[in-house]
Parts: sequence; C-alpha cells; structure tokens
Amino acid sequence: MSVAEPRFHIEESPKNVVSAADTQLDITFDQLKKLVTPRALTGDTMLLNMGPQHPSTHGVLRLLLELDGETVLSCIPDIGFLHTGIEKTAESKTYTKAIVVTDRIDYLAPMICNLAYVGAVEKLVGVDVPLRAQYIRVILSELTRMNSHLVWLGTHALDIGAMSMFLYTFRERELLLDIFELVSGTRMMSSYFRVGGLWRDAPDSFADAVRRVLKVFPARLLEYENLLKENPLWRERTIGIGVISKEDAVAYGMTGPSLRGSGVNYDVRKAAPYSSYDHFDFSVPLGAHGDVYDRYRCRMEEFYQSLKIIEQALDKLPPGPVITDDRKIAPPPKHEIAYSMESLIHHFKLWTEGFRAPEGEVYHAVESGKGEFGVYISSDGGPRPRRVHFRAPSLCNLQALPQMSKGYLIADIVGIVGSVDIVLGEVDR
Amino acid sequence: MEQPLPSTNIGASVLAALGESVSDTRVFRDEVTLFVVKEHVSEVLQYLRDVEKFDMLTDETCVDYLPREPRFGIIYQLYSMPRNIRVRVKVMLSENDRSIQSAYPVYRSANWLEREIYDLFGIMFVGHPDLRRIMMPPGWEGHPLLKEHPVKVEEVAFSFNRERVMADKPRAQE
Repeated sequence: MSVAEPRFHIEESPKNVVSAADTQLDITFDQLKKLVTPRALTGDTMLLNMGPQHPSTHGVLRLLLELDGETVLSCIPDIGFLHTGIEKTAESKTYTKAIVVTDRIDYLAPMICNLAYVGAVEKLVGVDVPLRAQYIRVILSELTRMNSHLVWLGTHALDIGAMSMFLYTFRERELLLDIFELVSGTRMMSSYFRVGGLWRDAPDSFADAVRRVLKVFPARLLEYENLLKENPLWRERTIGIGVISKEDAVAYGMTGPSLRGSGVNYDVRKAAPYSSYDHFDFSVPLGAHGDVYDRYRCRMEEFYQSLKIIEQALDKLPPGPVITDDRKIAPPPKHEIAYSMESLIHHFKLWTEGFRAPEGEVYHAVESGKGEFGVYISSDGGPRPRRVHFRAPSLCNLQALPQMSKGYLIADIVGIVGSVDIVLGEVDR
Repeated sequence: MEQPLPSTNIGASVLAALGESVSDTRVFRDEVTLFVVKEHVSEVLQYLRDVEKFDMLTDETCVDYLPREPRFGIIYQLYSMPRNIRVRVKVMLSENDRSIQSAYPVYRSANWLEREIYDLFGIMFVGHPDLRRIMMPPGWEGHPLLKEHPVKVEEVAFSFNRERVMADKPRAQE
C-alpha cells in the first residue's frame, strides 16, 4: 500500500504564491494575512471569488471564500457595490424631502424605512400623530414586513433549489403591492408616510383590499409550509447549518429574525413600542438552535403574527384625521389655501424652506423585516439635518457571515446568505 | 449636569463609578447622552458592557460639526437587553487629531461600523484589526461625508473615460 504523496508542503515552498492584488480587494498583504489561514497564501487552499454578479448573493454582495476542497475555511465579504450616498443626500434635503431617499434604503420594505425616518423626525420636533394615522402605519408596516418576507422566502428557497416557491411567493406579493399602489400610487417606492401622519387618507377600498389579504393568506401560507416545512431535502440542507450562538449573535449586533433564530427575545415592537404597537396583541416567535432552519421558522411564524396584528388594527381602526393639524409641520389642506392667508403662508414656507427642528440629536428604532432599523438624526436647528445616519440591520447581520459560514460546505453558503436575509441597498446605502 | 437623569434610564451610580471619564451628560427627548473623554472610551465601554449590562452596540457613527471645534463626534448607541434601556456615548474629536481607540475589542459589531466611519469620515481607529475602506471603491480619494465635500453628480469612471472623469472630479474644497 503506497502512501499518497503530499501535494504541497509549506516547508518546501516558503514563497507565497498568492498576492494581495489577486484578491481584487483594497487590501495590503499584511491585512490579507489576518483574514485567511496561512495555507491560503502558499496556494495550498483555494481562494474562490463569489459574486458580485452571483444570482444567490441577493444583489451585489461579493464574497471571497477560502476553500479546502469543498469546506469553507474563511469568508471575506466585500460590500459597497451599491453605495449611493443616501446619508449625504439626506443631509442636503429638507426633512420632508428626504423621505423619498429612505424608500431606496431597504427597497423591499420601503414603508418601514419611511416609518423609522418620520418617527425620528417626529421625535426630534416633538409632534403627535393622530391615532388613525398610527393604525394605518401599523397595517402598512406589517404588510410591508410580509412583502419583505415573501421575497426572502422565494429567493432563499430558490437558492437552495426549490424553484417553485419563488413563483408562489411572487404571486402573493402582487396582492400586497396592489395595496401599496392603492394608497400611495406606487408599487414600491411609496413615500406614503409624512412627518406628522400620512400623505392622505387611505381610500375606501383599502379595508376591503386588506381583508382580502387576511382571507387569502392563511391558505397560501399553508401551501408554503406543505412545500418546505417537512420536506426532507429542505431539512437536510438547513438543519444544523450556519449555526450562531446567542452570545455571538448579540456580540455581532444581529437583530430581527436572524437574532431570534438563536433564541434571543428581542423585538423593537415589544421592547420600545412605537406607532401604537402596544395596542395590539401578538407574540414574538423564537428559535432555539440558531441555524438556517430556525431562522426560516421564525420568519414563517412572523407571517401569522403580522396577519394577527393587521386584523386587530383593521377592526379597531378609528375615524379621524390622518395628519397632524400643526401647520408648522404639515401643510394645510389644498382648499384652505384659496381663502386663508395664513394657510397660504404656511404652504409657501413649508415648500420653499421646510420646517425647522430644534437643535439636538435623536435615535429612533423600528423593527423592520430584517431587524432593528434605526435612524439617528443630528440637527443644528435649521431646516436641514446636520447628519442623518441609518442603522441598517442587514449590515450588522451580514457582519456575522464569516463566523456563521466557517467550516460548512460551499453549497451551504448560499443557504446561509439567504437565511440572514440581506438587502444590499440597505447594507451599502 | 443641568437636568436630572430619568429614573427609567441610566442611573447616578454610573456617573459615580465612571468619575472623570464622563465630562458631561445631556438629556434630550428622554435620551441620555454621556460625553466621554477620548482617552477613557475603551474603559467606559468595557464598564458599561460588563457591569451595566449594555450587551449590544447597536450603532456607531460620526457627526461632522464643522465649523465647531472639537469638530467630530463619535456616537455609540448602546442597548441593554436584560434592562431594556438605551444610552448614547459620545466622544468629541478635534480636527487635528482624528484618531480614537477602537471599540472592537469590547463590541465585535464595531468592526464594520468603524470601517464605515473610517471610509466616510477619515477617522482612524487605533487597535482595529481590519481598518480599510468598505463602501467607496478602491483608489477613491477623500472622505465623502465630510462637510467640505461637495454634493455633486460624478460620472462613473470606466477604463475608456477614466482620465477625463478624474480631471473634473469634484473635490473637497480647501
């Protein structure tokens, strides 16, 4: 019996065959040494590029993987391909005008980004939102969460190989997008929330359209569950894959279903209720093992909780105004301008200059589909913010990817990336 | 200290324990900000994490206060999961000394957040394991979120038009 000759010896080839330039990263050789194992530098393990055009990286995420055979030894994410300078743009616009850029952050959940931003501005200027507006915001946020989860479910399953899932979820997504179009006129970049309330009241057919979602969804969710929940292939590919412990998840700043999959009970809607979330009864689904399957279960259970919240909000939806009557913040109704000088002045001032916020800084967080979406605003007392910063949950969740993917197979990487549910618009901003 | 700290929030015991590390506190809209002396930021974060149970660094960012001096404010948003409270730690940096101790040894989530600040503001983080650009492309000059950097549309540089684009690239004003 002959012993196979070792293919490569580090001792025999002290010369590094990999250079920093090979990685196509903005990196020096010393920095690279800290990110990969020493074997990578001698060519003993393989450095493989994945993305940014790879279909299962959910946009333009690039991963540099160090592989020993099929096993991932280290993973270096490279982001920034979708950096659009949203924070800089928001600095140069008035508080109202910056709402449109928040849609583009998490383009799968634009209403939640709107809600976080207007919530932060409302906290800064100290304005109360009418109850009807708060309830409609809750309904639309939950629909948005479902929209975000539907895209996640479809693409995540598609990555792992369940092609038909994608077609079903995008079929249901149309129902939700129709509602967004109904209220705002736009399917995706809705910009429907305004500082102090809503752009305008939801049309009469809104309630019926939402009831239709409530009626249709339970059966469709059952369909999804039948396809995946007990599917042996699905379970084989997800259980015990991409495990991250409670402590690690918290240390990396993970939030949302990705954190709750590890069994940490943290949901901003419960911890610091905003927009009257404390008026509704719902529970926070938790996982136990912190693997891909538990994160999948958490999100699936959230569908049911969202439906529960929407139903309660719709039943209790009070009549009344949908935007604050503080004329310094919200523009007057159009018909008033015709006969009221005051209104005309307010209208003119608001659209030429915008309102001024007191000097100070606030941080306001909401629970988006991905996790804690926070907005930090620093104001210098003028009509434009000094600094706006968006705390993107996807960025923090993605940070844990190297930790999660270590030691798994390269085929598992797509499953792990999918289970973290990233949106690159939000990661790069 | 002008206003008393809200009882639901971080208590006076913290201020007593931290002593001179905290130069000032401010409460605005029920949010507590601790102004921390630059040299002691690591110890303060360590103390807040271990003793006060602020186990998560949810966010870290920077504000450019031009033309004020000290010019930069580094903002740490801390959250305590067991106590369900938040606190903001703020460190002011002078224009001439744009470096600070990295929070990475205390909170691992600071890794990319600090890289982002380094990329967009040019603040150096001492002790950061992997400090390099994260958002802007390799070879990009300047730090776009500084106030002197103009808001302008910049044509995308490809190999065929790179020279022309680089020639009229908007640069930070002197």
